[in-house]
Amino acid sequence: MNATRRLLLKAASSAGLIASAVAAGLLKPGHALADWDSAAFSATRLNDALAAIGASGATTSLDIVVKTPDIAENGAVVPVEVFTTLSGVEFIAILAEKNPTPLIAQYTLTDFDGMLSTRIKMRETAKVRAIVKAGGKLYTAAREVKITIGGCGG
Amino acid sequence: MAINIKLRAGNGEIKALISHPSENGLRKDPKTGQIIPAHFIDSIKVALNGKTVLDGQWGGGVSKDPFIALRVKGMKAGDTVNLSVKDNKGDTGNSEAIAS
Repeated sequence: MNATRRLLLKAASSAGLIASAVAAGLLKPGHALADWDSAAFSATRLNDALAAIGASGATTSLDIVVKTPDIAENGAVVPVEVFTTLSGVEFIAILAEKNPTPLIAQYTLTDFDGMLSTRIKMRETAKVRAIVKAGGKLYTAAREVKITIGGCGG
Repeated sequence: MAINIKLRAGNGEIKALISHPSENGLRKDPKTGQIIPAHFIDSIKVALNGKTVLDGQWGGGVSKDPFIALRVKGMKAGDTVNLSVKDNKGDTGNSEAIAS
């Protein structure tokens, strides 16, 4: 399916052709154009992952709260909630700084109302970092979670 | 195979629980010692009344049976919420709910 998609995207340089591919059921709307960010998700160092999502220069902000448990006994399931009072939020990414590949999730958002939550895996005690892009500027906040049993395997 | 999704929406909040192994490709099968191949949801999309409000990508670091919740401005009772996912093997899932 991915190979088909790539061929179609290569062949179809005009939006019209892509639209007809969607109509023909060959491509699913919403998953047609945004390719999975392999470089960012494969990065094994925090700085490389941040650079890959264009977030190296994010400013620490007190308007972002990363809510997690203080101690997670099971690193396979760590609830992470990101709250922010920043207006015009357009992007949020979540990273576990010491995971084998730190980037866990990234979201493009519209009409966001200040709360996003996901459950993540953590290999070891580390900071969970949120990147928030709002009004065209990048902000960040982090919170340390103590992990009793790592949840990444390997 | 269709990916199973439980979707709820109400009071400005959308919540979903997605049935999926979310294997990151690093775990070994305890019986065989072989690496379990990566199998995770790589794409998630949420729409409110047909308008995309979240277009996301996930890696293998999202927990098994992924959970997501978010608050969306302007969502009211009767609105239609749609959530769709795709995994790295090309399986897809889609669920629709009416906000309470």
